[in-house]
Amino acid sequence: MKTLSNLRSNFVYAVVGTGAILAFVPFVLSSSYLLQVLIIVLLFVTLGVSWNLLGGYSGQLSLGHAVFFGIGAYGVALLSKPLGQSPWLGLLAGAVLSLPLAAFVGYVCFRLRGPYFTLATIALAEVIRLVVLNSVDLTGGAKGVTVRPLFKGVDKAPWYLLALGLAVFVVLVTYLITRSKLGYYLVAIREDEDAAEAVGVDATGYKMVALAISAFFTSVAGGFFASYLSFIEPDMVLSVERSVEICLLAIIGGLGTILGPVVGALILGLAGEWFRTNLGQAHLLTYGVLLVAVIMFMPEGIVGTMKKAGQVIGKRLSEERRRVTA
Amino acid sequence: MSLLEIKGLTKQFGGLTAVKNVDFDIDEGEIVSIIGPNGAGKTTIFNLISGFYPVTAGTMKFKGRSIVGLKPHQVCQRGIGRTFQIVKPFGSMTVLENVLVAGLCRFGFEEARDEAMKCLEFTGLAERADQPAKSLTLGGRKRLEMARAIVARPDLVLLDEVVAGLNPRETEETIQLIRRLRERGVSAAAGVEHVMRVVMTLSDRVIVLNHGEKIAEGTPQEIAGDRRVIEAYLGEGYAQS
Amino acid sequence: MSVLAQTIVGGILLGGLYALIGIGLTIVFGVMRVINFAHGEFLMVSMYLTYLLFTLWGVDPFLSLFITMPVFFLFGMFIQRFFISPVLKAPEMNQILLTVGIGLILANLIQLLFSADYRQVKTSYSDAVVGVSGISVSLPYSGAFVVAILITVALYFFLMRTDTGKAIRATAQDRDAAALMGADVGRISMITFGIGTAAAAAAGTLLTPVYYLFPTVGGPFTLKSFVVVVLGGMGSILGAIFGGLTLGIAESLGAVYVSTGYQDAIGFLIFLLILILKPSGLFGKSRV
Repeated sequence: MKTLSNLRSNFVYAVVGTGAILAFVPFVLSSSYLLQVLIIVLLFVTLGVSWNLLGGYSGQLSLGHAVFFGIGAYGVALLSKPLGQSPWLGLLAGAVLSLPLAAFVGYVCFRLRGPYFTLATIALAEVIRLVVLNSVDLTGGAKGVTVRPLFKGVDKAPWYLLALGLAVFVVLVTYLITRSKLGYYLVAIREDEDAAEAVGVDATGYKMVALAISAFFTSVAGGFFASYLSFIEPDMVLSVERSVEICLLAIIGGLGTILGPVVGALILGLAGEWFRTNLGQAHLLTYGVLLVAVIMFMPEGIVGTMKKAGQVIGKRLSEERRRVTA
Repeated sequence: MSLLEIKGLTKQFGGLTAVKNVDFDIDEGEIVSIIGPNGAGKTTIFNLISGFYPVTAGTMKFKGRSIVGLKPHQVCQRGIGRTFQIVKPFGSMTVLENVLVAGLCRFGFEEARDEAMKCLEFTGLAERADQPAKSLTLGGRKRLEMARAIVARPDLVLLDEVVAGLNPRETEETIQLIRRLRERGVSAAAGVEHVMRVVMTLSDRVIVLNHGEKIAEGTPQEIAGDRRVIEAYLGEGYAQS
Repeated sequence: MSVLAQTIVGGILLGGLYALIGIGLTIVFGVMRVINFAHGEFLMVSMYLTYLLFTLWGVDPFLSLFITMPVFFLFGMFIQRFFISPVLKAPEMNQILLTVGIGLILANLIQLLFSADYRQVKTSYSDAVVGVSGISVSLPYSGAFVVAILITVALYFFLMRTDTGKAIRATAQDRDAAALMGADVGRISMITFGIGTAAAAAAGTLLTPVYYLFPTVGGPFTLKSFVVVVLGGMGSILGAIFGGLTLGIAESLGAVYVSTGYQDAIGFLIFLLILILKPSGLFGKSRV
């Protein structure tokens, strides 16, 4: 496999290098508030990149991803106690549980295509949210449930470093996938599922793999989130708004690009914080406006549009060169 | 034993019988054309063979093993490649990548890339290897369909109206390409075709369908004079006893 | 036994409204192949308009139909012309996301204007009940049902008998052919989307006397309208009527015999079952 030679590529160096530099931030930044915002941005990176594997690369628009975020969150909330009071084990358990959940979601939804798939993900996520909401004895229902923190104490630095590590890891994993057989197959499925099948791609199987990976990392992020806030209730982690937010990260930045969700995370994380403090309840309005604006004026997302512009410029330049040397 | 053995193949869509009790074989080394008026069931048969439609009744055996009930990717892995009547390129991938992907079911990355390049040279697309597939003209896309169908060295390739929409020069090039398919390890080809020139010059055998049933089978010369064939295409007034 | 009959009757009344909502969605899909994820939000905004008309000027909801329907017809045409139309050539995913975005904007605008508080329109007859052979039925629900039927019948005649209606049906069957025949496809799309929006608005107005108003009330209705349409088949009006009644009765039975907490879930479960077993619905043409 090409994997080992990939590890030496420029992109990998750039990501690891950036990660290393960013690791110093908590020690030079005095504002705890800013650090908290950055933690959310990094969490968004993980969420966006994970979602994008299924949404952008494989072309399956899931608007029910909150269900994986939620199982991670409720995993750490409810399973820490039976697992020796350890939130780490609880988080791991929640993430592991996301796999059979992904299998179920895939089984139900992947036989459908296009908008029917999307509708099914929404419907399934809503059913699960209602189940969690109504199972008051188990989950605390609407009253919510407190969650043990992964790190004791007030210092946000360890949270930041964990979020950073997770984000870097997920970006690298996605990068490796895009260079692998799995990655090529997923793009083929996105471009034309029938043609992909005709050239030997088990579309359902590979979509499942993409979903499983995506679900796993989304639920790890969910577990982190729950522990970070030390309290969750269904609307925070299982709502349709959450699903839309997750998918928005990739849309703004650019579906089917690795850096797209990173850019989306920066924008939603930073701007979102500004809007949250100034618009309060209706900050979701900005989500709607952003979504409509991006679809209408920049459907490739920011990174996608830049890529296209780069290609157009590159083509023009090579034409110029040819004309000059002719 | 024939490469492909079809017996009693039947397909019903609700009340409509699209394919009715069709038998035919394809042997190694043959180029077979399947012709018939529109709606005769030709592409349906291809979809049945390649696993895109479930079979209502009948048997299909490839290299001695049944292929009924297989999913399309499994049919491909058994050694049957196909092109689509309406071309389906992987638009945002490059031309090379399109073919490379198709080779991954058989080869590793490096080998798939080499085989893909060879296929591009074979189909005359080598110069466009790094261009996005969506930038190709129809002629280019049809050639890409073919390159993709043959890169994994299938034993049988199904060509669905592979010259439709091409100009005479492109049609001639495609005919030459099909003649040379043996170079890619393809032992047999079956084509759904409307263009008679291709049918007459290329085929070893021709199978004629009408209303889902096989009405004639034979060499191109034989079926050209076959009364039922003439009736089917031109109406009863033209058939001569 | 009378509880069962009661529940079913209640379900039928609710079903009439669901049918109306579903019809709005299905004709838009039939003509434009667009799945409007903001359908429920149109309903919700209409509820708030009805609320305003009632609270500020005492206009009875049933009368305000004459205001809300035309207003939302025009609003629908506006949305189609300026937001949907440019995106029709884009991949399906974009269309879905666009309507999701529009829905988000509407819901949050309303929240900004009215806050998230639950509101109510209490008319003199909001709680009135009519007794019919041992079954008591809610008067406003019955009225809503009757009006919904009237609107549906009117729409049916419009589509079958008028020139514009026929043009709409032609465009739904084959857009290009209709264009070649001289139908102004752009205008038809606008009118159809307007009708769809007006239908949602009508349902919203009719629901106002009996339903709580809050900014996010639209979401579940969007999903329910999909259940209705998928049950009956995308593009089929008869199917939407059938689907609406089925959903109404199923929900009603579920609320009484299972649990009110899971009432909404019933629709979704039916939805998933249908999507899995027969995606083209029971009446619709086979479409992916």
